[in-house]
Amino acid sequence: MATTVIPFGPQHPVLPEPVHLTLKVEDEIVKEAIPALGYVHRGLEKLADIRDYHQMITVCERVCGICSMIHAVCYSQAIEELMDIEIPDRAALLRVIWSELHRTHSHLLWLGLFADAFGFESLFMQFWKIRERIMDINEATTGSRVIVSVNVIGGVRADLSPDQIRWILSEIDIVEKEVRQLQDTIMNDYTVKARTCGVGTLTKEQAYELGAAGPTLRGSGVAQDMRMLGYGGYSQIDFEPIVETSGDCWARSTVRFRECLQSMDLVRQAISKLPEGDIRVKVKGNPPEGEAYARVEQPRGECVYYIKGNGTKHLDRLRIRTPTFANIPPLLAMMPECELADVPVIILSIDPCISCTER
Amino acid sequence: MLFTPTVVKNLLKKPATRNYPFVVREGFPMYRGELTINIDDCIFCGSCSRKCPSQCITVDKQAGTWQCDPHACVYCGYCRDACPTKCLDMKDVHRAPMTEKITWIEQGTPPKPKKKKAAAPKKEAEAPVAEAKVEKAEEAKPAKKAAPKKKAAKKK
Ligand code: SF4
Ligand code: SF4
Repeated sequence: MATTVIPFGPQHPVLPEPVHLTLKVEDEIVKEAIPALGYVHRGLEKLADIRDYHQMITVCERVCGICSMIHAVCYSQAIEELMDIEIPDRAALLRVIWSELHRTHSHLLWLGLFADAFGFESLFMQFWKIRERIMDINEATTGSRVIVSVNVIGGVRADLSPDQIRWILSEIDIVEKEVRQLQDTIMNDYTVKARTCGVGTLTKEQAYELGAAGPTLRGSGVAQDMRMLGYGGYSQIDFEPIVETSGDCWARSTVRFRECLQSMDLVRQAISKLPEGDIRVKVKGNPPEGEAYARVEQPRGECVYYIKGNGTKHLDRLRIRTPTFANIPPLLAMMPECELADVPVIILSIDPCISCTER
Repeated sequence: MLFTPTVVKNLLKKPATRNYPFVVREGFPMYRGELTINIDDCIFCGSCSRKCPSQCITVDKQAGTWQCDPHACVYCGYCRDACPTKCLDMKDVHRAPMTEKITWIEQGTPPKPKKKKAAAPKKEAEAPVAEAKVEKAEEAKPAKKAAPKKKAAKKK
């Protein structure tokens, strides 16, 4: 059978962001996929030369809108480690609350997009409708819906009042109830299973060797979650990473779905442990010469920030490794022997965020 | 099939969306929306322009102008937090759409340097440094500033 080459992207209805894959196809069966990245390179790391280290937080938040809070947490943690700053307990737990809210809304967004990828429009709308409540919490407590800009070096800028906490808890109960109603659909529905079960399988060994991150890794049966490191406020919270073993698109969506529910539980835990006290410490001076490294768990997986200070207010080097970047080799390993019609579903199953891959 | 109960419920409920341009949701009180300035309270200290991550504010102490590029603003609110006289504020509404790029310039009364020295003799130690900084910044500013004015003149 002769090989046909089909270009997928850079503009494709299923993906809002530009990524190009050259698919080598034999009779509707994909044999090989070759990626081409670099359509949206923004050079954000270089901006560290002209923005000072406080202003870089807003830049880091814009690496990816959906996990903006967690990017900022990672960057502030790296700087705080370099400058030897201890943030107050309350600030650490407030960061956990907002991080988990971000994880929930990111997963709900993705679950909707995934439903859209296999053509289940009303499920897509349903997930996005639920997500709106989380966005309202963000807007009411931080001042913005997506890019919350609530982190500063040394703590957080906004505090939660008792009223707000009560309101968040009640909203989360509603969200949880609504999400649970969709559990059967996303996990057991015949049409959903037909499109996802056994599609784009990644074995445990492959996932580990190719360096997959986040739900892609946990969907293949590796229990690895950066939150277990206990960074920030996570040391005070107990949870177990969520693992599925089948390694296909169904497993990855199930991991995300269950993480949604888990995140809401973590928000409740963090709220119950929220101590009174300061939310921010004053930061003086510039980062000293030296290097620091921070790892956090984003909705999509492990994110790594490396910074090198040189004693001035500008950083010598800022390096960001985002989870989608790590998930591209596993994505290519999922492709061979899949059907052409499954390609969009497989690509979406890793939750690609192209702008954070290219920063 | 498992989704059918949800579909039926949704059909019987009120719509989840708003009839947007006619029904607009109120912003939450903390929402960081349109930036406003009360220029009468501004002391032209330049804190806002130094903190702004998108570097869209230019403060000229001599001329008493406060200038902002609203299209570059990212609504982070750092300038509002940094302002010592609290003359910057953010309304809980979105900035209205514009069809033309503008530079937003506010003309205030620059503080008189003599008065300041008499009022705050203690600050003299700091003042030369601050002034030197302002002067340095000034060298670069006139070129930038002259440009928008010329453009505006041409348009008119
Ligand atoms: S809100 Fe942020 S971006 Fe806008 S002018 Fe103020 S500091 Fe600059
Ligand atoms: S920080 Fe406030 S007082 Fe100072 S220049 Fe800006 S607006 Fe004026």
